[in-house]
Amino acid sequence: MQTPAPVDYVRATSVENAISLLEQHGEDARLLAGGHSLLPMMKLRLARPEILVDLQGLSELRGIKVDGGDLVIGAMTTHAEILDSPILSEHYAIFREAEKVIADPVVRNKGTMGGSMCQADPSEDLSAVGAALKGTVVIQGSGGKRTVEIRNFHEGPYETKVKDGEILTEVRFPIRPGAGSAYEKVERRVGDWPVCSAGAYVVVSGGTVTDCGIGLTAVGASHFCAPDAEAYLIGKPPTEANLAEAARLAAESCDPTSDQRGPADYKKHLAQELTLRALRRAAAASQGA
Amino acid sequence: MTAVDDAPLSAAGNPIGFGSMKRVEDQRFVRGQGNYVDDVNLPGMLHSAILRSPYAHARITSIDTSAAEALPGVRAVITGKTLEGIARPSLLGDNFAWMPTLSYDTQAVLATDKVRFQGQEVAYVIADSRYIAKDALELIVVDYDPLEPVMDAKRALDPDAPIIRDDKGFTDNRVVDVHGQTSWESGNAESTAAAFARAEADPDCVVVTQEILYPRVHPAPMETCGSVAYLDKVTGQLTLYTTSQAPHAHRTVYAMVAGLPEQKIRVISPDIGGGFGNKVPVYPGYVLSIIGTIVTGKPVKWMEDRSENLMSTGFARDYHMTAKVAATKEGKILAVDVDVLADHGAFNGVAQPTNFPAGFFNIFSGSYDYPDAHCKVDPVYTNKAPGGVAYACSFRITEAAYVIERLVDCLAQELQMDPAELRLKNLLRPEQFPYMSPTGWEYDSGEYEKTMRVAMEIAGYDELRREQAEKRARGEYMGIGISFFTEGVGAGPRRTMDILGLGMADGIELRIHPTGKGVLRLSVQSQGQGHETTFAQIVSHELGIPPEDIEVVHGDTDQTPFGLGTYGSRSTPVSGAAASVVARKIRDKARLIAAAALECSPDDLEWELGRWYVKGDKERGKTIQEIALLSHGSLELPEGVEGHLDATAVYNPPNLTYPYGCYICVVDVDPGTGQVKIRRFIAVDDCGTRINPMIVEGQVHGGLADGVGMALMELIAFDTDGNNLGGSFMDYLLPTAIECPDWELGETVTPSPHHPIGAKGVGESATVGSPAAVVNAVIDAISPFGVRHADMPLTPANVWRAIQGRNVRTDMAVE
Repeated sequence: MQTPAPVDYVRATSVENAISLLEQHGEDARLLAGGHSLLPMMKLRLARPEILVDLQGLSELRGIKVDGGDLVIGAMTTHAEILDSPILSEHYAIFREAEKVIADPVVRNKGTMGGSMCQADPSEDLSAVGAALKGTVVIQGSGGKRTVEIRNFHEGPYETKVKDGEILTEVRFPIRPGAGSAYEKVERRVGDWPVCSAGAYVVVSGGTVTDCGIGLTAVGASHFCAPDAEAYLIGKPPTEANLAEAARLAAESCDPTSDQRGPADYKKHLAQELTLRALRRAAAASQGA
Repeated sequence: MTAVDDAPLSAAGNPIGFGSMKRVEDQRFVRGQGNYVDDVNLPGMLHSAILRSPYAHARITSIDTSAAEALPGVRAVITGKTLEGIARPSLLGDNFAWMPTLSYDTQAVLATDKVRFQGQEVAYVIADSRYIAKDALELIVVDYDPLEPVMDAKRALDPDAPIIRDDKGFTDNRVVDVHGQTSWESGNAESTAAAFARAEADPDCVVVTQEILYPRVHPAPMETCGSVAYLDKVTGQLTLYTTSQAPHAHRTVYAMVAGLPEQKIRVISPDIGGGFGNKVPVYPGYVLSIIGTIVTGKPVKWMEDRSENLMSTGFARDYHMTAKVAATKEGKILAVDVDVLADHGAFNGVAQPTNFPAGFFNIFSGSYDYPDAHCKVDPVYTNKAPGGVAYACSFRITEAAYVIERLVDCLAQELQMDPAELRLKNLLRPEQFPYMSPTGWEYDSGEYEKTMRVAMEIAGYDELRREQAEKRARGEYMGIGISFFTEGVGAGPRRTMDILGLGMADGIELRIHPTGKGVLRLSVQSQGQGHETTFAQIVSHELGIPPEDIEVVHGDTDQTPFGLGTYGSRSTPVSGAAASVVARKIRDKARLIAAAALECSPDDLEWELGRWYVKGDKERGKTIQEIALLSHGSLELPEGVEGHLDATAVYNPPNLTYPYGCYICVVDVDPGTGQVKIRRFIAVDDCGTRINPMIVEGQVHGGLADGVGMALMELIAFDTDGNNLGGSFMDYLLPTAIECPDWELGETVTPSPHHPIGAKGVGESATVGSPAAVVNAVIDAISPFGVRHADMPLTPANVWRAIQGRNVRTDMAVE
C-alpha cells in the first residue's frame, strides 16, 4: 500500500467558502476535484499539499446545460456524466467519442471536467477536445469571475491560468449548427494515456468548409490545437487531398517527445493519421453522411 | 467445451470424483472474506518499510539515520552495518547482511558496500504505523557515489564493463553456478554442427537464423509480497505469515539464514493473491521482518507496495536468443541450435532445480521429430533486479516454446510454406512415445497431430486463409498464428531434481474421521489454483467420499507434511499423485477392515466407488463411511492392522508429465497506427485427465490473458542510466478484458502413463503456449511488408516500426 505524507482535509461548503480556504492556505492548499491524478501523485509523494479542499459537495459546480448559444459543463461534472449526456451528444459526437476512451469506468465515475482541465496533463484528452471546439473556461476568485479561452489556458505542462485562490467553475463551448465532430485515439491498452489523440469539428456548407477546429494531445501541439491546418481548410471543399494536407500541416505543428508510449517520429505520424481520420469523419458527419 | 461429466452426484450436487464443480474457496473470496497476509493483525504489531536505492549501481559512502530515529513513533532503523553486527550462527555466513539465494548465490539483505540495482534494499524502518515508517524513510540521508550501470546483457561481457559482483571477487560479469560453470550447454554440439554444415552445403536444404528476444516481464500478482513475523522470546517460536508459494522450503531456508532451529519455525501462507512464480524466492523484506521482531520483541509486518513489487521482486525471462534451424526445402526439420545470453540481474536469484541452471530451457527442441539439437546459455550479471524464473514459465519452458515456435514460422516464411503444413510435417507421431528428445527429455505421451487437427477444425483454418487472401487483395491486414507447444512439468524425480539440496518429492497425509469424512493435508500451496476443490475431488475419485466431505488443509508448516510447494505446474503431477496414492492406501486398509467385518478374505472383496463388497454377492458390502466407523470402533482387527483410517505418503515422481497443446490466434492489424486487435483465439490443450474441467478452463483463460499481455504490452525496460521504466501499473501494462477475445477452447485427452490418475500439469500451459501464437499472427499479418520477425511487446509503436523495416531493441528506453 502506498502512503501519502500527512495532509489535512476540509470539505468546501460553497464556491466562496472554497475560495476563502484557498486564500487562507495559499500554495499549500490543493483542490480535490475527483482526485484520480492528485491522490496517486500524493501516494507516490510526488505531490504533498498540506491541505485538500474537497469540492465534491458543491452541486452548483455540477451539471450540463444549454445557456444561450453555449453548452455549459460545470467543473465538477464527471467524465461519466459527460459520456452519457444526450445534450452534448446532440451537438458534438466528439464528447462521447473522447470520453469512451478516457481511462476506465472507475476513473470516469470520479474524475471531473474541471479537475482534468486544471491538472493540465500534456496528454489530457479533454484538453484536445476543448481546444478543438475552441471553448472557454470561467475562473472565479474573490475578485469575481473572468473568462479565458482554452487555447490560451495552458501555461505549460501541469500549469494553467488558474492562480492561487482561484477556482475553475465551468467550461463553455459554442454550439455550431451543422457541425460534425469526431475523436481518434491510439493507446497501448484500454485505459492508458494516449500515444496520440486527435479531435476535430468541421462545418461544411455549400460544399466548402466554413468552420473547423482541430485538437491534438500527447504530441506537443502548442495549446493542444493546430491553427495552420484549420486556416488551410477553411474555404476549401473537404476533399481527401485537402483533408490530408490539413492533417499534414497539423502534424507539422506538433513537437512530440519519445517515451515508452512510442518514439517521436511515430507520434508525429499518428498526429497526421489520426487528424486525417477525425477530419474525414467530422466532415462526413457535417454533410449528413 | 468440457469433458463429459459422468461422475455420480453427491447430495450436495457435486461430482463424486472428477467433473466440473464450483470452487469451494470462492465462497470466501467472492464475499471479501479471504484472509491474506495484510489481513493478519497481531496484538502489539509494528509496521515497517524499506528504503530503496534510486541508483542502479553506486557505492554507498555514508548513511545517516539520526533524523529518522528521532521521528516520534519510530522504533528502530536498521542498515546493512547493523546487520553486519548481528552474529549469525549458521552454515551460510557469519552475519545477517547477506542471505543465500535459491541458486547458491548470495544476495544483500541490506546493501553494505554498494547498491547493484534500482530498488535494492538499503535501510529498514520499524515504526508504530505504516505511515510513520514511510515518513521516516524520507529522513534517512544516504550518500551515493554513482558507478556506471550495466543495463544491457550485451554490455556485461565487454572487457571494460564495470564489475558488478566485486563482493565475490569476480573479475567479469559472468554468473558462476554451484558447479563452477559459467556456460550451460545441452544436446549434442558436434552432431548439430555437422548437421548444419551438411545443410549449408546442400542445395536442397536451407538454414534460417533469427535473433529473438524474450524481454524482461514481471508476474505482477494482484497481492504484492509481504510478511508478518513474530518471535516469541519465551518459547523461542518464530511464526511467519508470508506470501509464499513454498512454505516448507521457505521454513528450511529461514532455518539456514537465521540460524533458528527448524522445529521452532512455523511458516503460514494464508490466502495468497496470485503468485505466478513471484512468491517462490525468499526476499530481503521477509528476512527483515524476522530481524524486526528479533530486534523489537514485537510482531512486525512488512508489506511492499506495487512499485516495490514491480521493481525489486522476481522478474521473468530476459533471454536474448539467437536461434537457427536447418531443414530440407520440402520442410523437414533437421537440426536446431540456440545461443542464449541470459540476463540474471544483480544476484543469481533464480528458483529452479539445481542441476538445471537454465531451467528446462533445453526442452526447446519442441514438439518436432528431428535428431540434432544443441543450446548454449551464457548467464550474466547486470544492474537489474534479481529473479529470473517466474511468471508461470514452467522453469523457462516459456522461452523454449517461444523460440522454437517463432523459429518454425521464420522457416515457413523462408520456404513459403503454410506454417500449419510445416508443423504437421514435423510433429512427433503417436508411436514414437515415450520419446527421448535430442536434449534428453523423455516425453511421456502425446497424439500431437490429432490435437492440431482439432484446433484447425475449431478455427476453420482453411476458411481463415481464404479470408486472409481476400483481405490482402483489398489492402487489409489480417494474420493467423499457430503455436504448438510441449511442456515438461511436475518437478520432479528426486534423483535429478532438488532446490538447495531439497529433493522435489511431496508429502501428504489423509485422515478419515469416524463419520467417514476426511482431512487431507497438503504440502503444496494454492495461490488461486483451487487446491481445496481439486484435491478433495481426487480423494473423492479414489474413495467415493463426496468432495464436500473432504477438508483440504494447506499453507501451514505446522499443519502439513513437508513438500516443495507450488510452481512449475507441479501441484497436480506431484502432490495430485500423492493424494491419489495416499487415498489408495486408505482404500487398501479399508479392504482389510471390511473383510474382518464381513468375515471373509480380503481377496473375496471387490471395489466399486465408495464401497467394498463380496464378489458375487453385491448386497454384502461395507461403504467407506461404515468402514471408517468400524476402524475407530470395537471391531476386532486382523493382525498387523492398526486402528483408525489414516495414511501418509511421499510421492517421488518417476518422470515429468508432458502436457501439450495447439493454439491458433487471429488478429487484425491497422497498418496506419500499428494497432493489433485479437479477433479470435483457439486453444486446444491436452493435459491428460482433467480433474475439474471448469478449473482447467479457468487456468487456461488466465494463461491466455498472460500471453496476450506479454505479446502485446508487458515490459520491464530500463534506460541507460539504470532507471526501471516499468515501475507502476501506469507503465507496466497488464491486459484487460477488452484486449482479450472470447477464448475458444478445445481439448484432447492423452493420459500420462506414469501418473496415478493420468493427469498432467496445466497451470502454465497457456502462458507458455500463447505468446508465440499472438506474435506469429501479427507477423503473419504484416509479412506483406517484408517483416519476418519483430520482438515483443508488439505495441502499436513497435508494430509500426516493424512495418517501416526498423529493427529496434524493445527492451531499452524508446528513442
